Amino acid sequence: MHEKTPLIRLSKREDMPKRRIWLIRLGAFVVALLLGMIVFWIAGANPLEAYESIVVAALGKKTGIRQVVRNAVPLLGTALALAPCFKMRYWNIGAEGQITMGAVAAAFFAINCKTMPSLPLLLLMGLGSIVFGALWSLIPAFFKSRWGTNETLFTLMMNYIAIGIAAWLIGGPWEGKKGSQIIPVFRDEAVLPKVFGVHIGWIIVLVITVLMFIYMRYTKHGYEIAVLGESENTARYAGMSVGKIIMRTAALSGGICGLVGFMIASGAHGTLYANVAGGAGFTAITVCWLAQLNPFAMIVISLLLAVLTRGSSTLQTSMGIPASITDIITGIILLCMLGCEFFINYKMHFRKSSGKEAA
Amino acid sequence: MESVHAVEFKGVTKRFGHNTANDHIDLYVDKGVIMALLGENGSGKTTLMNMLAGIYAPDEGQIFVDGREVSITSPKVAFDHHIGMIHQHFRLVDVFTAAENIVLGLEEKGRLDLKAASKRIKEISAKYGFDIDPDKKVYEMSVSEKQTVEIIKVLYRGADILILDEPTAVLTPQEIEKLFKVMKAMRADGKVIIIITHKLNEVMEVSDVVAVLRKGHHIKTVRTAQTTPAELTELMVGRKVALNIDRKEPVDPKPRLTIAELTVRDGDGIKKLDNVGFIAFGGEILGIAGIAGSGQKELLEAIAGLREIESGTIVYTPEGRHPEQLVGKSPMAIKEAGVAMAFVPEDRLGMGLVGGMGMTGNMMLRSWTAGKGIFVDRKAPEKLAADVLADLEVVTPGVDYPVRKLSGGNVQKVLVGREIASAPSVLMTAYAVRGLDINTSYTIYNLLCQQKEKGVAVIFVGEDLDVLLELCDRILVLCGGQVSGIVDARTTTKEEVGLLMTSVGGKEAN
Repeated sequence: MHEKTPLIRLSKREDMPKRRIWLIRLGAFVVALLLGMIVFWIAGANPLEAYESIVVAALGKKTGIRQVVRNAVPLLGTALALAPCFKMRYWNIGAEGQITMGAVAAAFFAINCKTMPSLPLLLLMGLGSIVFGALWSLIPAFFKSRWGTNETLFTLMMNYIAIGIAAWLIGGPWEGKKGSQIIPVFRDEAVLPKVFGVHIGWIIVLVITVLMFIYMRYTKHGYEIAVLGESENTARYAGMSVGKIIMRTAALSGGICGLVGFMIASGAHGTLYANVAGGAGFTAITVCWLAQLNPFAMIVISLLLAVLTRGSSTLQTSMGIPASITDIITGIILLCMLGCEFFINYKMHFRKSSGKEAA
Repeated sequence: MESVHAVEFKGVTKRFGHNTANDHIDLYVDKGVIMALLGENGSGKTTLMNMLAGIYAPDEGQIFVDGREVSITSPKVAFDHHIGMIHQHFRLVDVFTAAENIVLGLEEKGRLDLKAASKRIKEISAKYGFDIDPDKKVYEMSVSEKQTVEIIKVLYRGADILILDEPTAVLTPQEIEKLFKVMKAMRADGKVIIIITHKLNEVMEVSDVVAVLRKGHHIKTVRTAQTTPAELTELMVGRKVALNIDRKEPVDPKPRLTIAELTVRDGDGIKKLDNVGFIAFGGEILGIAGIAGSGQKELLEAIAGLREIESGTIVYTPEGRHPEQLVGKSPMAIKEAGVAMAFVPEDRLGMGLVGGMGMTGNMMLRSWTAGKGIFVDRKAPEKLAADVLADLEVVTPGVDYPVRKLSGGNVQKVLVGREIASAPSVLMTAYAVRGLDINTSYTIYNLLCQQKEKGVAVIFVGEDLDVLLELCDRILVLCGGQVSGIVDARTTTKEEVGLLMTSVGGKEAN
């Protein structure tokens, strides 16, 4: 009797050429679009038309493009903020709360500085949002470096507290008209100026992109983060003070998140909502990973997601397809993109009838 | 009819990516024979045996057991063919007893009968001369007892072909002797035993035949009685090698590190070092011997400032300067004072190297704070990386190629090369040659000797007693976190060191 060898065997592969890696990733994206067509078809729409209308809605008109950029700014900004944390293997999933606290700080100055001129007021709001975001992020980092608490759960829970605080402020102390449960729109001096029709935040995040790239790649801090992410023992061995690096990096991350909160509140909304972050803090995690922590790749990914978001609202109005369909499409894209890494890292061998197989 | 071999490999090939671990291996072994599978690290010994044990499947070729072609797709199938492997790293459940571990995973009908199991374990023990208490919990066992459990586990499942992967690496000389006795008893019972090793003296002592592998090829199988260690080395390395360590008498040794009453506890409050005291001299190699986990790691880490010290003093006397107390100083300050540590832990990359970075990035671990301003200086480490690459003949596609992807020996060269390059006055190494081929090992030994001749105080934590005896000037033996004794390496014997390893002071030998 002769037992069978397994049908599929896996072996780890190494050193695939860069070009092939990118071809596989591109292929995965195409596969995702094809799978997406099936979803549209099931939903009763013409898949090609659906894709077309997404692209047209997002990129066909100026208003569309502006909306896309406006959507992309918080995603990119937050993804940039998360990059050093993830590089350090510090799982900060508290961006949502850090954004919210940044926005709360911005709103505080917008509401209370009733006579200040625009420039100092905006600077004050920006600075305040950075400090608040950083402090909010420092709390779990402090506990982590001091007592080794789990940052994943801690940062996640901090989100709900932040959102709760914002909701309470909006409905309580800062409420505009009694019973309205909202705060009034910021006065014009507290609203970010526009450049090419979109608030200036897009320039700020592009500057941060370049700075973050340099920070991660060429600075001592960046080196510390990279070493710590690989091995805490090695970092200690090299004389790095682990707790300090964790707290500093978390504060930096939270500060940028806070700034994003300021840009959303002051630039996009012109007021403070309790769900000011609107899920950007979570979506940015995906942006960050899909970009493999590369700041420039994050620009592309965040734009892509913003296009899909923008397109989804049009689909609903023009073709009667529920907006949640695009969430499914987004999910499929993410699954395919992350899944294709498997084929980059592993090689499959299929059972051959002859018993011999090519190398 | 052709004679039937107990196990036979025909044209067996196994590849990992571009790397061919086994290249058309033809090899056989007969009943009642102890075969040593000899080869340097990376020569494909373990891979070949893993295919016999059902952990890997061959890419090409056939395996025959008792003359029948078999396809061993899992360890369970291996047991069906009466093949059992005892791995280097034990696979036991700590909180279970020996008996529970042994019957674990057996699919026997009816309810679990531990009493019957214990009885059978005792029968097996008596037959082959094992010494085991079936009701003892694994976490209470010594390394050698755990190994015994692993061997009985395999015998209990009816194995007639036993594979032992470097079984002696973790044992003391006395325990090795016991193991060899057991192996010979099993041979007398007609079992096939394949022992994977790279220690020549053990090969000569215990085996009947030796199969030598080199770079994935089966070079030759010889009868042990008809060969010599020199011939085996040549087969293994591929050319004649002179294996000697140029040990000079220490010249003008001065106290460099004076350690007194050092006590260290781990995170759970367990004493890892207990009242340890010794002096390390400049211009001398101080060997540290002990069973794995006797406090070697903690000792080096405490000196390097990486461990909290409960009590005791570590006084460092640099050349021509005043003594300073190292306890309480940060790792950074200790390093700047000239105490270097090339620590190679069990997982090699866990401390001292960053796997995802290239050689340059790893050289930077020593110099990343250099220079003013916020940017790191890459120039100096780049040059250092190039120097280490050239001096130690590191095989890598480039200085930016991730060190994780290098072979173990090359990883070690990067680490040791960097530490030596920092011109330390105390150089601590642990398991510096683990995983290195013979030639490179001797390169490292001689590098350490050069450092000693320069007046550096070298502390060498080692596993191979033969090497410790040959390389060091004095040997400190740790036993359960205590200094069991300090002996002169030139006059002591392996047996003496072995006794000190198992009991403090070497008094109550068992």
